[in-house]
Amino acid sequence: MTRPQRPDGFLRRPDVQFKTSRDLQKPMTLIRAGLTLLFLLTTLSSSGAADADLRGIIAKFATVTDFSETGAVVRELTATGDPAVERPLAALADGNLYVRTADSMVLVGKEGDGSVQLFDPLSGEAVGQASEEDITKITVNNTLRRTIRDALGTLTLGSKDPTVRVAAADTMFKTPDTANIEPLDAAIASESVASVKALLEQARAASILVSDKPDADKLAAIALIGARGDRNAVSLLTSVEASASGAVKGAATAAIASINSTLAIWDAGQNIWYGISLGSVLLLAAIGLAITFGVMGVINMAHGEMVMLGAYTTFVVQQVIRTSFPGLFDWSLVIALPLAFLVSALIGLVIERGVIRFLYGRPLETLLATWGVSLILQQAVRSIFGPTNQEVGNPSWMSGSFAIGQLAITWNRLWILVFALAVFGVLLYVMKRTPWGLQMRAVTANRRMAASMGIRTPWVDALTFALGSGIAGIAGVALSQIDNVSPNLGRGYIIDSFMVVVFGGVGNLWGTLVGAFSLGIVNKFLEPYAGAVLGKIVVLVLIILFIQKRPRGLFALKGRAVEA
Amino acid sequence: MITGRFFAAGADRRIAITIFILLAAAIIVPLLNLGVSPASAFYVPAYIVALTGKYLCYALLALALDLVWGYCGILSLGHGAFFALGGYAMGMYLMRQIGSRGVYGNPILPDFMVFLNYKELPWFWHGFDHFWFAAIMVLAVPGLLAFVFGWFAFRSRVTGVYLSIITQAMTYALLLAFFRNDMGFGGNNGLTDFKDILGFNVQADATRSALFAASAVMLALAVFFTWAIVGSKYGKLLMAVRDAESRTRFLGWRAENVKLFAFTVSAVMAGIAGALYVPQVGIINPGEFEPSNSIEVVIWAAVGGRGTIVGPIIGALLVNAGKSWFTGVLPELWLFALGGLFVAVTLLLPRGIIGMWDSWRGNAKALRAASVAEEAAKVAVPSAISKRARSPARNPGEWSLSDPEPQAAE
Amino acid sequence: MSKSNTILYLDGVSVSFDGFRAINNLSLVLDKGEMRAIIGPNGAGKTTMMDIVTGKTRPDEGEVFFDGQVDLTRHDEAEIAMMGIGRKFQKPTVFESHTIEDNLMLALKGPRSIFPALFHRRSAAEARQIEDILGIIRLGDKRHELAANLSHGQKQWLEIGMLLAQDPKLLLVDEPVAGMTDAETEETARLLKDIARDHSVIVVEHDMHFVRELGVKVTCLHEGSVLSEGTLDFVSADERVVEVYLGR
Repeated sequence: MTRPQRPDGFLRRPDVQFKTSRDLQKPMTLIRAGLTLLFLLTTLSSSGAADADLRGIIAKFATVTDFSETGAVVRELTATGDPAVERPLAALADGNLYVRTADSMVLVGKEGDGSVQLFDPLSGEAVGQASEEDITKITVNNTLRRTIRDALGTLTLGSKDPTVRVAAADTMFKTPDTANIEPLDAAIASESVASVKALLEQARAASILVSDKPDADKLAAIALIGARGDRNAVSLLTSVEASASGAVKGAATAAIASINSTLAIWDAGQNIWYGISLGSVLLLAAIGLAITFGVMGVINMAHGEMVMLGAYTTFVVQQVIRTSFPGLFDWSLVIALPLAFLVSALIGLVIERGVIRFLYGRPLETLLATWGVSLILQQAVRSIFGPTNQEVGNPSWMSGSFAIGQLAITWNRLWILVFALAVFGVLLYVMKRTPWGLQMRAVTANRRMAASMGIRTPWVDALTFALGSGIAGIAGVALSQIDNVSPNLGRGYIIDSFMVVVFGGVGNLWGTLVGAFSLGIVNKFLEPYAGAVLGKIVVLVLIILFIQKRPRGLFALKGRAVEA
Repeated sequence: MITGRFFAAGADRRIAITIFILLAAAIIVPLLNLGVSPASAFYVPAYIVALTGKYLCYALLALALDLVWGYCGILSLGHGAFFALGGYAMGMYLMRQIGSRGVYGNPILPDFMVFLNYKELPWFWHGFDHFWFAAIMVLAVPGLLAFVFGWFAFRSRVTGVYLSIITQAMTYALLLAFFRNDMGFGGNNGLTDFKDILGFNVQADATRSALFAASAVMLALAVFFTWAIVGSKYGKLLMAVRDAESRTRFLGWRAENVKLFAFTVSAVMAGIAGALYVPQVGIINPGEFEPSNSIEVVIWAAVGGRGTIVGPIIGALLVNAGKSWFTGVLPELWLFALGGLFVAVTLLLPRGIIGMWDSWRGNAKALRAASVAEEAAKVAVPSAISKRARSPARNPGEWSLSDPEPQAAE
Repeated sequence: MSKSNTILYLDGVSVSFDGFRAINNLSLVLDKGEMRAIIGPNGAGKTTMMDIVTGKTRPDEGEVFFDGQVDLTRHDEAEIAMMGIGRKFQKPTVFESHTIEDNLMLALKGPRSIFPALFHRRSAAEARQIEDILGIIRLGDKRHELAANLSHGQKQWLEIGMLLAQDPKLLLVDEPVAGMTDAETEETARLLKDIARDHSVIVVEHDMHFVRELGVKVTCLHEGSVLSEGTLDFVSADERVVEVYLGR
């Protein structure tokens, strides 16, 4: 009795459940999570009389001899409609319900080292320990497990927590059963939340379809399910279509077609979202390049490595936080942003002063020299941090997802989109509205004139390059959230970034924005047809052809000045 | 006629010496490998033969690149693609030669196709059981790709870094494509486990020596042809396009055709290099399409001296020998060394080893004699190139400008 | 206005870059065998006009005819050059890594495709032509020197020599005496007058002494169209021209 005891009879073994096919188990886990809450509420209020009745039924488990008898007891328990039966039933389904040989008490057990901890099946109070010889496990088979699961689903319909009811309705929709109709009818009658009620009605409709109710009811049910319009509805209707005949079959076919056409629109929407998401990544990666290449005409092949350095800065920041200030973990990205900017900008400054400034006006040589720099940076990072991927965690506000209709949107992708647009906005502001931006543009337009007006052109060059590099660094912070942080991180982005800048039109920030998003969306729309790799190849070929048609990109400046 | 010029009194001595050394190596190295007892001090071990044979293929690739980069100013970052395509064409022949000796013993289908459940040979694999067909494909496939690519690119006047970037995108696209299993080229494993070439065992010392000799002779031939091309009126035109493209247009030359010819010839040379490379290393896989490989070729040419014929060969041999040494002794440091080489050569040695040598010798000469004018016509042409490529005679629309200051990309 | 008997005929030509009208309804006619000087302040559209004639820039509207019948807007630079229009750039543009002789050889009239160039051998006739031109541009003793080693003025002459080698019907010469000494300028004027005897020539120049020396009809461009046309005395007496140059 040294170990702390928790009343968590049916929250057991979550680890095992996660390991076994996660997706399948998720709804159940959810239900159980809800049920724990429910249980805590109900144990406080459950009346003594009902308690005695339940104990009487539970005691029958001690005398069952085969699965069908166990099933009968389960049904009897379910029929009480008391949420308290949740605990013993869940324990039974998991094979954790035992009979103590000494006194034929039915108890929930938790296997520990060599002995089993025993708990009361209703209250969850610990009632002692027993060795495995002293108790007998009540065995279950798959049919029984399904019965129990359905029973649990029905039970939770009466829950006070709407999320539990929603989960129950969902489960019942996916596993329609004639037996569900009655409890659902009762639940619908007492349901007060409109959205939950609709789900319950859909679940009921699903059950009607597998029942032997008249065709008229089934047609109404199909209409109801057709209105639901998601993939579960399609799979349900597909099975109905296969088994039914006549008007029902026709209605199912029509409903499937209609749902599918709606889903196609949602799919397109999802593709657009994926495309926008990819576009925001491309924008982040390319935007620094748009400055160094577009404004200065410097081909920085080490640009990807600046991104990589930003990602590694994030890694280092998170390491420090993990070891020293664990409470700050959610702030790690915010802390990493300025640091990543500084690290990359500083290295960019060193590269500009040390290499690039000697090569101005020789773009091909710049390309080669910066490629060399990129090799050095890569190898340096590999030597310091090792060649393997580094673990960069997502803060809580970056993880998880939410749905809009049939669209699934993950928080990290959304935040990266917001972040990319924010960086773009800030950069646009810097370029157009600040004195520094004005100097940058002046130097771009006419270097000698700018110099004679007292602008220190070498400093403007160096700072512009540092700015471009720094932005690559903060892009690395964002990309560390969705990509593997390894020394090769930058390599993957450099060609794409160049494509974006060249496609959008060099020297034009808006062109980069449009280029990034259009390439992202085109890429994602090609993927379903051509596959990810072929889609990318097609995009590359299209860009190659496009550049040949419009060598200066989508938003190119025209005129004699351009070529002079 | 061209040969006549070669043997004429004015023939470039450096070219003649290079060709002589290559031909001599083609005879002597195999002799020292096969005819001398392993105990002798003159014995050349088989691995050295294979290694230097590989280097000679790289040298041929570097020479091919230099024809377009050094002489025409087209910095192709995709020459590795042509090299790999030539290699794949040869690899397909070698795969077909395995016949039923593969793991699965299928007389027609190579092992990877059996593994991937191919029912029959894809159409593009037909004919590769004949060496002559494979040999034609070695020339035709890279040549055709270069022709089509160049035709589009040069006609639309894509120049400078834009061209470099799209050549890089080209090899990147091919890399992705060849990684796919359903392309029918063995996916990321590529083609390997070769057995025979023309009926001889590829692993045998004699075959390796023969391949070495073939590489050396082919490089010698390529040196001769490049020299002939560069020395012709067309070669002068090529350099004219490099230095002042729009001037050639206003003189009535079609600069795009000038470039296209050089680009195609260069791609064919790269393809031959790849075809000789594959039987010597025994494998060809999509990794050869890596953009980084193509950029590495550029540095070979730059180290030796671009715009010269001997330079890229020396550069390729030196850098690769260095790579072998580094990866054997200090593998951690190789990328630092290579990266440093990129930076150092562009900053400190823009004309490469040959260029340095020439200017040093040129200075020494200038002190001595007034016969410089005569020399300048013959010797200084190659040496003046890399420097002059950036001197003020630039046209509107050109990328490189004389002033050492940044130019906006527009 | 009839196109026949003209070597160059521009009518209502306009071109704009990003909203800026570089050439605005320009009309210009050059008779066969005529030499014309074009003057005008910076940005008047002189170079753009040459770009249009030589096919570098396509006009947005207007007609450009060569030799009375050939529509130049349908051809590119190389075709136009082959028809017989030669052009000298404002900034001397020669092949710096080639010798003077090779520069001329590449410019010599002849087939312009790749394979003949690959197997080309210099004929006696070509050698003679090169010899002649070297004499005209006075670079005979430097024939084996690299063009890069020439002085600015010599490069200008080499470029003119390359035009001669091309043997065009019409020469467009952009600022031929920029950066030349007075003596060289005089020499160049004499050279151009020589050339004009059997070629049509358009000379763009700022140097009024030089234009006076040429003694030909003058066209003054301003903001992309013709402001005034006539003898130099007439044009320089024109009040609008004075206004444009001196800014009131």
